[in-house]
Formats: sequence, C-alpha cells, structure tokens
Amino acid sequence: MSQNTSSVIERRIVYFLLFLAVLLPLLFPIGWGSDVSPVVKMSYDLIDQTPAGGIGLISFDYEASTITEIQPMAVAQIEHAWSKGQKVIATALWPQGPQMAAQSFEEAKRNPLFKDKEYGVDYVNLGYKVGGMVTVQALGSSFKDVYPKDSSGRDWDTLPMLKDLKNLKGLSWICSLSAGEPGLKDWIMIAHDVHKVPVTGGTTAVSAPGFLPYVNKNGQLTGLLGGLKAASEYEALIGKKGPATTKMDAQSVAHILILVLIAAGNIKVWIRKRDKVNNTEVTNA
Amino acid sequence: MPEIMNTVGIWLGAFFTFAIFSFLYKDNPFYKLAEQIFVGLSAGYGLIYIIYAALIPNLFHKLATDFSGNLILLIPFVLGLMMITRMVPKFQWMSRYPLSIVIGTSAAISLLRFLKSDLIAQVAATMINPFETKVPSEIVGKLMIIIGTICGVYFFYFSKKQEGIAKIPSKIGVYFLMVSFGATFGYTVMARISLLIGRLEFLLKDWLHIIK
Repeated sequence: MSQNTSSVIERRIVYFLLFLAVLLPLLFPIGWGSDVSPVVKMSYDLIDQTPAGGIGLISFDYEASTITEIQPMAVAQIEHAWSKGQKVIATALWPQGPQMAAQSFEEAKRNPLFKDKEYGVDYVNLGYKVGGMVTVQALGSSFKDVYPKDSSGRDWDTLPMLKDLKNLKGLSWICSLSAGEPGLKDWIMIAHDVHKVPVTGGTTAVSAPGFLPYVNKNGQLTGLLGGLKAASEYEALIGKKGPATTKMDAQSVAHILILVLIAAGNIKVWIRKRDKVNNTEVTNA
Repeated sequence: MPEIMNTVGIWLGAFFTFAIFSFLYKDNPFYKLAEQIFVGLSAGYGLIYIIYAALIPNLFHKLATDFSGNLILLIPFVLGLMMITRMVPKFQWMSRYPLSIVIGTSAAISLLRFLKSDLIAQVAATMINPFETKVPSEIVGKLMIIIGTICGVYFFYFSKKQEGIAKIPSKIGVYFLMVSFGATFGYTVMARISLLIGRLEFLLKDWLHIIK
C-alpha cells in the first residue's frame, strides 16, 4: 500500500471516529458539567443587574449556518432578561437575523414562565437594516428614523414599549450575537465607544479570540460568550438545562478524541523520524 | 399543506446533509450538486432579499408615495444605476464614480472608528498598574498583558536587525504569539465540532425523531 493511499484511509478512519464521538453522546447523554468562566459571568451580571423595566437590545447578526452555537445564547439571554422584568428589542445587521430573532422569542415563550409575554409590550422584532456601522451610527441619533416600522410592518408608534425610546442612550444594555461582519465590532465602536452604552456579545468560537482583547479595563466589551461552551455556561447561570448544555457532552468527547489523535499523530511522526535516522546510520556504517 | 412542505423540507435537508458529508469519502456528483444548488440559492435569496428589504422600502416606496419630498433619494438612485453600467463595456467607466464614493466614505468612517476603538482604546487598555491589586493571579495576568503586548509588537519591528540582547523581547513575543495561535486553533476546533453537532442533531431530532 502506498503512503498516499494509507493516508487517505487514515483520514477516513479519523472522520468515522469523530462521527461516532459526536453521535454517541447525543444518543446517550453523559451529563458532564462545565465551570463558568469570568467573561461569561460578566455578560450575565450586566443583564442581571439591570433594573426591571429596562430595555435591552439583542442584535441578531448571524444566520442559519451558525444557529447551533449562537441561538442557545439568544434564547438564554431573552429568558434571563424577561425573568428580571426587562424588555427586549431585536434588531439585525444580517438578512436572516429577523427569522433568527422570531425563532428565539418563540423558543423562549415555550417556557411556561414566559408564555404570557406580549409582543410590543415585552419584546419587539424591528428587523433587518443594511449598512452595518452606518446603521448603528444612525441609531445613535434616532431609532424611529431607522425603524419607522417593525419587521411585520407595524408602525413604531403602535408599539407601547418603544414609546419613550429615542436613541441608543435609552438602552440599558446591548448584546450583538455575531457570526462575522457586520456585527459585534460595529456595536462596540459606536454604541460603547461613542455613546457609552454597555455592550456585551456572543460570537462563534472561531471569532471569540479576536474579541477577547475588547474585554478590558475600558469596558469596551462587558463580557463575551464564545461558542457553544459559553452558551452552556450561560444556561447554567440561569439554572436551565438547555440545548447548549445537552450538546456539550458531544463537544467534550470530540475534544478528547482530537487530543488523543494529535498525540498519536505526533508519536507516529516521532517514530518515523527515529526509524529514518536509524536507517541512515545503518547505511552509513 | 404546510405540514407536507415542512416534511419535504426536512427530507431535502437530510439529503443535502448527506450529499455534503459524502465529500469526506471522496469528491462525487452528489457533493457537486449540493454545492452548486447552495451557491445558486444563496445568490438568489440575497438578491431578492435586498430588493424587498432595502430597495423597495428605502427607495422605490418613498419615491412613489412622496416624490417631491424625497428628491434627495434620486442621488443614490442615479449612483445605483451608474453601478449597473459595469455590465455594458462601453459605459463601464461610469461605474467608477459610485464605486469611488462608496470606497471613500467607507474608508473615512472606518478610519475614524478603528483609530479610536482599535488603536487608542486598545493601547490605553494596556496602560495598567499591575500592582494596584493584592490578588497574585491578577498581578501575574496584568503583567502578562503588558509584557505580551510590548514583546508581541516588538516582534514586528523590522527596521533594525534583531540580534544580541535585542533578540530577547522578540523571542518572548514569539512565545506569546504561539500561545495565541494555539488558543485560536482550539476555538476553531470547537466551532467546527459545533457545526457537526448541529447537523447530527438535525438528523437525529428533526429527521429521524430518535432524540428529543
């Protein structure tokens, strides 16, 4: 067997093992817990310490491809805000954002505690706007000019919870659930750095390291949720065994497998190098 | 009817999931089919969405209902038409004007914001007193931020050859960069596994109804 064929077969074995490592914990959950990291706790505290009646804004800056990682964060944050008597506005800088928001509100309302939450009083879905940073900048002047109607075409004035809201400064907190550009960065740059409104965020795990430097002493970002693990930590903080928590078993088993495979790969390379050196010494002798 | 459409949607989703996964074995016509349909659908969806979510409410509807009150909208309307001239080789030059306006304004807006948020605010965030706290782990953490930032930036200083004592901070900077790459790789693995979990959950929950 050539080395190329052997490497193709090895690759397929790795895919198969990874498939099993994810599949089995989904079928037979283990129930492993995970510790809450400080950046997730910061994000939780921001919403937790906002007084009842405050208005929070969640910007749905992602689409269906990243729903597994980000949607559980949205549902958990909506439930958390509602449990504290706060109101939630949904906006979107990505075209599929309004659908993601509608699904999240629907999911949160399945919780018996929140089944009576009323559209226009406890939450609104303002919909998608093009423009990214320019849109956020315009929200700093007037919400109503940017969103004269909500995502279903209702006039701004017919939505009671928006009666006293003029611009970004009227918000208690902002959370951008972001899978790329435009997204969290635009909210940090305008909403926090210009208007001084506390901003927190949730991103895919890939983007998380790039946003961690914004969690700094200047408070550019008040905590960060990075990927499925952070979503499960947030669920733990609000005392919920939600979708992120149940998927963490599969994530953990897959990570252990990857660590084992990295170790095995390195040992194999080391043995190959040692054999090569030995063969060279024998030939030279 | 909506229930049948929902079932058809789930079966199509399952078929395309397997079609894309089949690439892991080897390239094949099912994968190609799924890939082409995805690209075509995304482009079509994006175009129609922009027409209905941006062009109609922000431009056509306003001009149709109150033309004289929205005369200023004729400027972006004409610029938009000029952009379409890219498709006609003879008039292609006209598209450079709206393009230059887009690039110019984007650059100006971004420059100001990035300068404030990414440069000044980030530099200011590293100007910390590590000994203002008594907690040892926090002191170490703050020192790491200061040393890591200085040495990391120094690694990219190429105006003088880094040798002798000048090589030490550069070497430390490399170690910090390596740790950062390792963390990024770990997060990337986590994200990719999450995608696989999402697809398997769809197959087991929505398609096969094996899990709740």
